[in-house]
Amino acid sequence: MAIRRGRGVAAINYPTGMNLGGDPTQALVHSTPTGNFMVTLSSVDLGQGMKQIMAQICAETIGVPTDRVVVDTADTDTGPHCMGTFASRGTHRAGNAVIQAAKEARQVMLEVAAEELEVNASDLETDGQGNILVKGAPQKSISIFDVALSAHFKRGRSISGRGMFLIPRSYPEKETGAMKPSTCYAHACTVAEVEVDDETGEVTVLTVKNVFEIGRALNPKMVEQQLVGGSWMGISHALYETTEPYYPNRDHGGTDFNQYLMPGPGDLAETEIIVLERPSADGPYGAKGPGEMCANPQIPALANAVFDAVGVRIDTLPITPERILRALRAQAAN
Amino acid sequence: MELRKSYFADVRKDDLHEIGQPRPRSDSPGHVTGKTAFFADRNFPGMLHLKMVRSPHHHARIRSIDTSEAEKHPGVVKIITAKDVPHNVYTILILIQIGPEDETVLADGKVRWKGEAVVAVLAETERAAQEAAAKVKVDYEVLPAVFDMEEALKPGAPLVNEFHGQNYYLYDSGECRKVRFGDVEAGFAAADHVLEQSYQSSPIEHAPTETTGCVVAPEGNDRFTCYTNTQAMFFTLDNASIILQMPGNKLHFVGGTVGGGFGGKVDVIVEPIAILGAKLTGRPVSFIYSREEEMQISSPRAAEKVVIRDGVMKDGRIVARKVTGYTDAGAYSRHSPYGAQKGAGHYPGPYTIPNVWIDTYCVYTNRTPSSAMRGFGVTIGDFALEVQMDKLARLIGMDPLEFRFINAYRDGDMKAHRQPTEGAALIECMQEASRAANWPVAEKFMAMSSYVKGA
Repeated sequence: MAIRRGRGVAAINYPTGMNLGGDPTQALVHSTPTGNFMVTLSSVDLGQGMKQIMAQICAETIGVPTDRVVVDTADTDTGPHCMGTFASRGTHRAGNAVIQAAKEARQVMLEVAAEELEVNASDLETDGQGNILVKGAPQKSISIFDVALSAHFKRGRSISGRGMFLIPRSYPEKETGAMKPSTCYAHACTVAEVEVDDETGEVTVLTVKNVFEIGRALNPKMVEQQLVGGSWMGISHALYETTEPYYPNRDHGGTDFNQYLMPGPGDLAETEIIVLERPSADGPYGAKGPGEMCANPQIPALANAVFDAVGVRIDTLPITPERILRALRAQAAN
Repeated sequence: MELRKSYFADVRKDDLHEIGQPRPRSDSPGHVTGKTAFFADRNFPGMLHLKMVRSPHHHARIRSIDTSEAEKHPGVVKIITAKDVPHNVYTILILIQIGPEDETVLADGKVRWKGEAVVAVLAETERAAQEAAAKVKVDYEVLPAVFDMEEALKPGAPLVNEFHGQNYYLYDSGECRKVRFGDVEAGFAAADHVLEQSYQSSPIEHAPTETTGCVVAPEGNDRFTCYTNTQAMFFTLDNASIILQMPGNKLHFVGGTVGGGFGGKVDVIVEPIAILGAKLTGRPVSFIYSREEEMQISSPRAAEKVVIRDGVMKDGRIVARKVTGYTDAGAYSRHSPYGAQKGAGHYPGPYTIPNVWIDTYCVYTNRTPSSAMRGFGVTIGDFALEVQMDKLARLIGMDPLEFRFINAYRDGDMKAHRQPTEGAALIECMQEASRAANWPVAEKFMAMSSYVKGA
């Protein structure tokens, strides 16, 4: 009886957005009298930080710092339609809608600034700090604060914009299955190392090294939290979780966290995250949806690592100590 | 986290002000100081609490329901049964024209899974609602149930859901979603080895910190405000509008930060019945799942069975792949027909294979309806595909990582569902994994690229 070590690899891809498209999201953007910007959506922030990302996308497009943008969302009386936060679609779909709305608002903002500066709007640029400058003559400038005041009180303009993003729905061909499931895919490759106790069947995950290609890390710290959390969830799916431990038997289902097993902090592996960026053609600033993808490759990587360690295949999830021990016994009997 | 900018350096740029910056989240101070408001923080004077009477049987006919004792229980204000629900038979994907309507808000004549909602009890306190629910008498005639997908698909199996008429979802393509590409049988015949393996998963809970729920307040203007943690505001509003036969303009949904979704909050379950309760009583109503309900009543990730048959050459090329996927929907569709179909679009994985045959089935059994969860239609498929890849590599005596390079898709490669590959990056991920994990592969693989040759 011994502790045996193994490692396994898995490589995957994952579609961004609702399968087959047809899932719209709309956005509105407007300025306040003093040049702050309000993004109005009905999208839901599930805790992944969608509001923060939409603020950064709007700020980048308008040309102001992120703290000048407020996001009002998840209210059906004010926010235009969003299909929902699922299918790794939030950042991609809502982000594109926010960009379109912000571009329209930016154009009005530049037109008002052009009138104030007596130049053509096409000759203006933003400095990202809240100012509008004449290209090539940055000493000639006006603050966005003053432009918004002018628009509201002097020129009677609404610095606002409407945005929408919709990938037309694809219908699978009945006989061949010809279809367009998605417009862009995120990618991953994970290598996991485990130790398996061949006396108890217990698996200790030593390291999980994940390489994720996500199009663009719009906010590196925030995507890191999502990728690390996903990697942990992958371990949990591989080795611990189910509501029906003896599926298809319905008995023994957990009803609280004492019975429904998940890894605790001590059970989580040393986790490494490496991000590659291949900007997507239709993503907001190149982003793809990494939300679901990042929890998938750990499961087969761990299954393969267990085989590498003790030479038995567990083809039924979750890979519990009971299943490993039964397989080891069957192997010894043969 | 490390960002490796050396990959795709010709197309990625660092010329932005706000994007790519690690700005602190604006809502994190609220989260860590307990100031963030969640739906359950709403508390209204006179608010009622809703508890469900649930089926103790996997499959049974309801002979009668007697609520007389429960109605007399102190604190009980209203008891709702199927006849009170304006449009009691519904399905959520009807909004995108995926029917038929196959599920009851409250059971009408029959229950099809253990835990199904039968009667809703509204009372002044949670305790009174719970106690009264225990006094509702339902007379059941227990029917044979089926739990195993293969059993459910056999002739003569108990029929789970009469609205479908058979124990699988009927697509326009027939009993399954199909993908046909090349000649898979010819591929198997030409292969050096053929390997068929079967993979199985079990249902998985989303386990969000915050359980599913909503609080509904009747407004003075004949509207209802529903504070909810749904993942999809208008999807839920529009379905509630259909179920309640109430114009959408009477409904105002307010969400906010949700304490974890993972796909568990896209079924429209708590909102319609809570709004109906508020309408029938004229009082605010709270309906929040207990942890037990979250784990055994709310939809889990479906159990799946995946059978993969591959033809592989000694040099490492996969020449044929046949995948048969079964998604255990439980008793009702919810989002499962969508999930099974998503699987058909995902197989055979990120590999270029000339001959592919895919069938994905959505199967009904007498268990808790499954539905969306992170990686819906793909996660379990990836487990099966990538374990199969490991087995194939070992079968032909090849390094598992090198084996994947040989088959990895690249820009321009035609996928089985007849879309050319665009924006591929699998090869680069594997190259970086090879370096990071100190898992060396031959130099020719490190020199590969996802880009189209010569483009």
